Amino acid sequence: MTPAMLETPTEPPPRWKIHRLLRVWQETAIREFLRFCAILTVLTTVGIVLVLGAETLRFFQITRISPFAFLTGQVLDPEGDPPLFGILPLIWGTVVIAVGSSLFALPIGLLSAIYLSEYAPRRVRSFLKPTLELLAGVPTIVYGYLALLMVTPALRALLTPWGIRVETFNALSACIVVGVMIVPMVSSLSEDVLSAVPRGLREAAYGLGATKFEVSTRIVLPAGLSGVAAAFILAISRAIGETMAVVLAAGSRPQITLNPLTSIETMTTYIVAVAGGEAAFGSAEYLSLFAVGMALFLMTLVLNILSRFVLRHFREVYQ
Amino acid sequence: MPDPEGLMTLDVQPTIPAAPPTPPEPVLSARSLSVWYGASQALKDITIGIPRNQITALIGPSGCGKSTLLRCFNRMNDLITGARMDGELAFEGQDLISPLTDVITLRRRVGMVFQKPNPFPKSIYQNVAWGARINGYQGDMDELVEKSLRRAALWDEVKNKLHRSGFDLSGGQQQRLCIARTLAVEPEVILMDEPCSALDPIATAKVEDLMDELKSDYTIVIVTHNMQQARRVSDLTACLMLDEAASKDGHRTGIVVEFNPTELLFTTPKDPRTEAYITGRIG
Amino acid sequence: MTQGTMYRSRVRRRRLTGRIFGVACFLATLTGVVFLTVLLGSVVTSALSRPPDHPRYDLVGNGKELTTYLISLAGRFQRSQVAKAGFRAGIAGSLWLLGLVTTFAIPVGVGAAVYLEEFAAPGRLRTIIDTNIANLAGVPSIVYGLLGLAVFVRAFGVKTLAMGPTLWAGGLTLSLLVLPIVVIATREALRAVPKSLRHAALGLGATRWQVVRDHVLPSALPGILTGTILALSRAVGETAPLLMVGAAGSTLRVPKGPSSGYTALPVEIYNYAKEPDPAFAAVAAGGILILLALLLTMNAAAILIRNRYARHARS
Repeated sequence: MTPAMLETPTEPPPRWKIHRLLRVWQETAIREFLRFCAILTVLTTVGIVLVLGAETLRFFQITRISPFAFLTGQVLDPEGDPPLFGILPLIWGTVVIAVGSSLFALPIGLLSAIYLSEYAPRRVRSFLKPTLELLAGVPTIVYGYLALLMVTPALRALLTPWGIRVETFNALSACIVVGVMIVPMVSSLSEDVLSAVPRGLREAAYGLGATKFEVSTRIVLPAGLSGVAAAFILAISRAIGETMAVVLAAGSRPQITLNPLTSIETMTTYIVAVAGGEAAFGSAEYLSLFAVGMALFLMTLVLNILSRFVLRHFREVYQ
Repeated sequence: MPDPEGLMTLDVQPTIPAAPPTPPEPVLSARSLSVWYGASQALKDITIGIPRNQITALIGPSGCGKSTLLRCFNRMNDLITGARMDGELAFEGQDLISPLTDVITLRRRVGMVFQKPNPFPKSIYQNVAWGARINGYQGDMDELVEKSLRRAALWDEVKNKLHRSGFDLSGGQQQRLCIARTLAVEPEVILMDEPCSALDPIATAKVEDLMDELKSDYTIVIVTHNMQQARRVSDLTACLMLDEAASKDGHRTGIVVEFNPTELLFTTPKDPRTEAYITGRIG
Repeated sequence: MTQGTMYRSRVRRRRLTGRIFGVACFLATLTGVVFLTVLLGSVVTSALSRPPDHPRYDLVGNGKELTTYLISLAGRFQRSQVAKAGFRAGIAGSLWLLGLVTTFAIPVGVGAAVYLEEFAAPGRLRTIIDTNIANLAGVPSIVYGLLGLAVFVRAFGVKTLAMGPTLWAGGLTLSLLVLPIVVIATREALRAVPKSLRHAALGLGATRWQVVRDHVLPSALPGILTGTILALSRAVGETAPLLMVGAAGSTLRVPKGPSSGYTALPVEIYNYAKEPDPAFAAVAAGGILILLALLLTMNAAAILIRNRYARHARS
């Protein structure tokens, strides 16, 4: 290397400069566009909160009901004279669906997850897991149809000989189909959690002379408990937000009842029922859509945030 | 399909008989034992007898099957899909390869300590008690826990925080906790798979001292890739190496090259391959 | 040294419990599969519920009859008479919506994911957006319908801005609904690309965008495609939000453009299923089969495209 080469660093010729300048502009433009896309997602949330919030406020202004009376009132009659907006029956209906479907789906989903994670041979697992996920992709209207035209007649055939009356629209059908709908969710999320439990724990337990049942239920499951809890919470949140399956299965009659074989109305089915009735824009009935929607949104939001907190606890323990 | 507890049948042999009073026979014996993972042979024709109340070390370059051999002794290879054994393998004279073997009881009597300390995410007390509980321990649990922690030289350090999580301990303490956990089910043999490789030198020294105390009551088999450790700690050493003939095209098959009292093996190795390994020419 | 005299191991009982538990778990896993089969079976049977010419087990004959029935359904508009009922308008509407969602949700979703994964520095803004997207994914679909109703259809009462119950409104509402899905799936795909690839490209003096455009995106493409199809499948099957933004109960016309009124396949299915006349159940079942066939095609196409891309990438 001759000394001549160690001169001052070469300046790029002018055309490189322009090219570089253009490239910087292009880069910035693209970056800003992408950032805008990301901001759009935030705008969606802002939109939801604003819309629900504004219309809910107007609802309370027009009807002059207190939020407390709204949430705890037991009579819902928007078309009556005077219109009454107590949504306790809706809250009750939502809780019924959530609890009913969970009773069915949570145990089955968890047992599935344990099977897939601890028991299933690899080939069986690679077949069953996608099949379960297929179930998750079925549109909810199909579940609604099945409830109305398969589950309810089956319940009728089963229970009428005992003198029990099963109405066309009933809560039990809804709970069953919503339950089946959320099983893949519980199963898949729980299985991810259980698989993430470190292998060393299982080996240690087997090494002490434990059976697979003992390892699964007394070591792996407790180790993954917070993750499984997070999965449960998410599934319940999903059941709360379900509309079409419930509306076709349980109809829309707002009432607080312990009879699972009669029609009920949930927050979601109320919204569908009112929207279908072409309420006048700006009327109390129209605005009640948003008030109920706000209650629904807050409920699911709280559950989703809770689920993430619980999941974080699981992640912290296992890094 | 992996069958970690021999669920293929419920009818198992009656319990493996307890050890005879003064046995010259080895506690664990293998004869012409071969192990395959699927189509790949991991161990070939292993013949070895582990004597009672002594520390036997398995040394050799990595990948030659030391851990595989160790895991045969408590049938932990069952956890690996496609693993199978051929030949003869016995614990106190009872065959271990037969599908009728009561693997659950075997694992209580032949305990294992793993390379990476793996305490349960439970309290220290529960870590030690768990194995005993599931195996149906009938006595006083507090006493058992204390006894086991003392034997593992951990009691003084944790006696005031038994309710704290096992994860709160240092690496060396966690490993001693795992040893205590194994001791709690009152095994006769303790298998150790590179127990100190994840520990610092001080913790290592403590575990090695522990091994020396334990050998009067237990038979210990230790896998180590640290030759100095084998020399310090063990009474007998087996050197495993890759069998050139069998280890073609990527498959690695291990064989026992030499098995002798430790001092003998390290000072006057009989087999040239052993010598090559311990002098560092291979490995 | 005690030889385990303190132990009542009860190994047999423990094994038995284990066996029973294992069977229970297996049966639980099967519930899903069983239900899927029952689902399919019952829908198919229902669609064929008119007196069949062939006996039940004649798969070929019934299959042909089913296909002809479905095709005829696809050609007819929604009517109040069973014999003339069909899903033509709904299929057209759903396809229009699919197109609109692809135009809006995919570029925005992928763009947002690329920004978050490749450009944004870890910090408060990014965490806020992350949490936000996770929350959006869990919002019930009907809430999106309410959003669409207030903003797109009615524009808070501002007549000039309001779109009314048009395809624009429906398409935008569904786009917002599936946006989180696209973002999350794309981010997973981007994360799966090894860092070493990026480093190699950067080391050659490429700008961030060039690295993304020429190396990261192509490598992540199969995953992004899968995520896209997932999102579109979801969009096709959604009913509740469309009911909110005014998808018509029934129209007798195929939509002419994005500004026309419309209906969608799931909405028509819903309307037929609600009918008290049991004969309409068969029509609804036919619609469901058409919908499932559409979803199946989309997913099969996705798998094909992904495999072709994976092969390309390897060669």
